[in-house]
Amino acid sequence: MPEVQELVKSLADKYGRKRENLLHILQGIVEQERYLSDTALTEVARELDMSAAQVYGTATFYTFLDTEPRGKYVIRVCRTITCDMKGKNQIIQAIEDSLKIKLGETSHNKKFTLLETNCLGWCHEGPAMLINDQAYTNLNIDKAIEIITDYATNK
Amino acid sequence: MTYNKLKRVDLIFHEDCECRQVLEKTFAKSNDEIVNDILESGLKGRGGAGFPTGLKWKFTAEQPADERFVICNADEGEPGTFKDREILFKVPSKVFSGMAVCAKVIGAKKGYIYLRGEYRFLLPELRKALDAFHRDIKDLLDFEILIQMGSGAYICGEESALFESMEGKRGEPRNKPPYPTVAGFRNKPTVINNVETLVYAFMICKHGPLKFKELGTSDSRGSKVFSVSGDTPIPGIYELELGMSLDNFVEEFGDGDTKAVQVGGAAGFCVPRKKLKETIIGFEGVPTGGSMKVFNSSRSMYNVLHNYLEFFEEESCGQCTPCRVGCQQLIKGIEAVKKGERKGAYLDQLLKLSDTMKIASKCGLGQSVANSFSSIVGNFREEMIY
Repeated sequence: MPEVQELVKSLADKYGRKRENLLHILQGIVEQERYLSDTALTEVARELDMSAAQVYGTATFYTFLDTEPRGKYVIRVCRTITCDMKGKNQIIQAIEDSLKIKLGETSHNKKFTLLETNCLGWCHEGPAMLINDQAYTNLNIDKAIEIITDYATNK
Repeated sequence: MTYNKLKRVDLIFHEDCECRQVLEKTFAKSNDEIVNDILESGLKGRGGAGFPTGLKWKFTAEQPADERFVICNADEGEPGTFKDREILFKVPSKVFSGMAVCAKVIGAKKGYIYLRGEYRFLLPELRKALDAFHRDIKDLLDFEILIQMGSGAYICGEESALFESMEGKRGEPRNKPPYPTVAGFRNKPTVINNVETLVYAFMICKHGPLKFKELGTSDSRGSKVFSVSGDTPIPGIYELELGMSLDNFVEEFGDGDTKAVQVGGAAGFCVPRKKLKETIIGFEGVPTGGSMKVFNSSRSMYNVLHNYLEFFEEESCGQCTPCRVGCQQLIKGIEAVKKGERKGAYLDQLLKLSDTMKIASKCGLGQSVANSFSSIVGNFREEMIY
C-alpha cells in the first residue's frame, strides 16, 4: 500500500522523527484513514527507527487510535452515567436499526462504525455522541436518526 | 426560584478581557511579587487535588534547570465535568494569559495545552485565538503556546501520565517523587495547572488577591466553576462561591426528589440526602473538580456504581495490580451479590479490597475508586443486595 507509505512519510516530515512525535503521527494517520493498519504501524516504526512492538503498544493504549478497520464516519455514543440515565440505550438501538449494524460493527458500505465511549463531557446536554470530531447533544431517537440519515445521504 | 443562599460569581466568563493591559500591569511587578499575590489569594488547584497554585509556581521557579515548561491540563475526563470545555470555548485568551503569567514567573519559553481528543472540534477556533494572542504579546514576552491533542484516555489527565503521553508514550503514570516541579515534561521542572486554575491566576493578577480572597472560606478561598448534571431542572455550568453546604445546593439545583449527590465525579464521593446538611463543598469538606451529579429517588444506586466501576475498569492503565485487578474484582463482586450468588456480607470484603486499592495503587485513579465505592456501598447497602 504505497499510499500509506506516502502518508506516513509526509507526517514524519511534518512532525519530525523523534519518539515525542509518535502520537502526532498516529493521530494524523487516523484522521486520514480512520484506523491504523498493520502496514501503517510497521511503516511508522521504520520511519521513526523504533520497534514495531513499541509503536503498536503505544497505539493500542489510546481509545481513539483504532487498530481495527473503521468506517468513514465513526459514531461514538457516550455511555457514562448521565447519558445512560437520559436514555443512551434507546439512541444506540435506533442507530443499530437504522444502519442495520450492531454496536462495535461497521456497515457493509464502510461508511459507519458504531461504538460506545466513556464520558464525552456533555452531561448537561445528554444523551450525546461524537461523529468523528463533531459533537451532537440533547439527542432523542428522531434527532439521532435525522443526523445519521443526513450523513448517509449527503456526506 | 430564589438564588440568595448560593452566591453566584462572575469572574471567569465576564468577557471584558483586556488581556494585554493586564499582562503589562502584571509584568511590571517582580516575579516574587506575582507569586506572593497568588499565594496571598489562597488559590488552590481547580482540577480536584487542590495543591496551592502559588507554591507550585514557586517550587518550579526555584528548581535549577536550563529549561522549564508550563502545561495547561485540558484533558477534562472526569465524568460529569465539562467546565473546561466551556472556558476554552468562551474565554480562551484568559487561559493563554494565565499561562503567560506563569511562564514569566518560572522562566518558561514554551507552554503546551493538552486537549482531550473528545474536544477536537474546539481546535480551529482555539488555534485562531492562539494566533491572535501570540501576535498580541510578541513584544511583551518570549513565549509560545502549542496545542497537543489527547486520544481518548482518561488516565492522561493524571499529570505524570500526561507527560508520558506528550513524550509519545503510553499514558502510564510515573512514580512520585520526583514531582513535576522537579522533573515533569522531558524531565524538566514543569508547572501543570488545570484550565480553570490558570484563568483564576490571571483574574487574581487583574483584580488583586483581595477580591478573590473575600470569597469562600479559610480553607477554600474564592469561587469555582461547577458542572451540574443529572436529575436537575437546570443542568449547566455555574460559577459559585466555595464553602456552600450541599443542602443549599440541592435546594437550588435539585428536582425536589433528590436522593443523593455525587460530588467530584466517578472519583468523588456520593452524599446521601440525610448527610446533605452537614456536607460542605470545599477542601475542608468534600472537594470537587467541579462535577456535581444529582440523582433522584427513581435512580438505582447499584446501576450508578456499576457504571462507575465499568468506567474505571476500562480507563485503568493496567500498570499496577491493585487498580487493574481491583476494578475487575469489584465489578464481579457487586454483580455476584446482586444476583444472590454471594451473601450481602461479601460487600464488607469488597470494601476491604477498595481500601487496599486506596493504599496500594500507584496513582490517583486506583486510589480514588474507593471514594465512590465505599460512599455508595456504605450509604445504599440495601440497594446493592436487593
